Amino acid sequence: MSTFVMPSLGADMESAVLMEWKVKEGDRVAKGDVIAEVETSKGVIEIEVFEEGIVEKLLVEEETECDVGSTLAIIRTEGEVTPAETPAKSLPEPVIEVDHVDPSIDKAPEPYAGERIKASPAARRKAKEMGIDLFSLAAAGEALHLSQVESSAPTEKNETSGMRQAIARAMSRSNAEIPHYYLGTSINMTPALHWLEEENKKRSIQERILPAALLIRAVVLSLKSVPELNGFWENDTSHLKAEINPGIAIALRHEGLITPALLNAETMNLDQTMRSLDDLITRTREGKLRNTEITQQTITITNLGDLGVQSVYGVIYPPQVALVGLGRIIDAPWAEGDALCVRKVMQATLAGDHRATDGRTGAKFLDKLNDLLQHPEELL
Amino acid sequence: MTQDQIKAAIIEQILKIAPDIDEADIIPDKNIQRSLEIDSFDFLKILTALHEVLGIEVPESDYAAVDTLEHMSAYFAQRII
Repeated sequence: MSTFVMPSLGADMESAVLMEWKVKEGDRVAKGDVIAEVETSKGVIEIEVFEEGIVEKLLVEEETECDVGSTLAIIRTEGEVTPAETPAKSLPEPVIEVDHVDPSIDKAPEPYAGERIKASPAARRKAKEMGIDLFSLAAAGEALHLSQVESSAPTEKNETSGMRQAIARAMSRSNAEIPHYYLGTSINMTPALHWLEEENKKRSIQERILPAALLIRAVVLSLKSVPELNGFWENDTSHLKAEINPGIAIALRHEGLITPALLNAETMNLDQTMRSLDDLITRTREGKLRNTEITQQTITITNLGDLGVQSVYGVIYPPQVALVGLGRIIDAPWAEGDALCVRKVMQATLAGDHRATDGRTGAKFLDKLNDLLQHPEELL
Repeated sequence: MTQDQIKAAIIEQILKIAPDIDEADIIPDKNIQRSLEIDSFDFLKILTALHEVLGIEVPESDYAAVDTLEHMSAYFAQRII
């Protein structure tokens, strides 16, 4: 018998709203199955279960705000006794927060007594914070969710949305704690882009590879040669990770950004990198990320090229120790031998945590990245 | 298929792939990717969806000819008729 608790989805998260159960009591679950959807400041996240068994009991109603670590469900592992034979007292007491997150909310005068708007506790709290009347948002009979309240806010108040605050906290901590060093290099992208163009001519439109996938594949392969940049700095020690889970900075169209992990990118070839990246971007924008994807990043890659900037000097996301920045690819003068010619040129930058590595390590990484992109056929 | 029907098909796919875009934001002679903040992944998705609907595959070398709604509908119209 084991308990399934609300996982922490970031150091700044204290609670989240359980939106929907994806299983019912009696269902068999396997490791990695999505068991529930929860709403956090990062959007709706699918939560996976980490063991095999049968869902014994769901302890929390949908649309309930739950603290991190509180028990949400009980899962019986194969071969265990049936519930009737299990003394109920042996189960840990579920700690469930039910709609009493902020006592002042309940005291707030309801404009129409007796007519209570259905809204999640997080939505209620946010509406209170923003001074928004829930009655003005609610459609008849439909429950309000946090995202609806947030999106209804006037522009100037959007600046303090949950996501903005989460980014603010992480970045303040990073700048206060991490002694960053920055390196940059110009990479001739003509060979890689030319190779990709020829490769794509052989492919159908569904199988096309985008430069972003090629670049991420090159970064992942470079990290295999320079593993010191892939991991965490925790308790004054560097912890390298065998798996490479690059967090990919993905802008959301309305506001903010998320850097979900491309899990186990070290096991993917170029095609798999492209498909997984496409899937990750789609699910990020649909709000269908999994908890492992927003907590297991081992390095961050940001590609601000789409916005037209040429170089990015990033702020490392703690406890990671590096951030790779890829700028816009531009036509630029380039010396080859004695000749001056025009080439597709990209600025690659690295922000490193000087506690974990030195500039020499970062330089080795950028050198390897450059080298790989001059031999793109090796990236397949 | 008339060019207007093609245009409607393109708009339909743009709105399907980027549901937060308002139809009024799609200005016929503006660069689709830049004016609507559509990244290379979503742009490829739009072209892939249009390939399924219209049966025409746009090679990368023709991307310059499909940069705006106006150009894109003309491009497909020439090849369908």
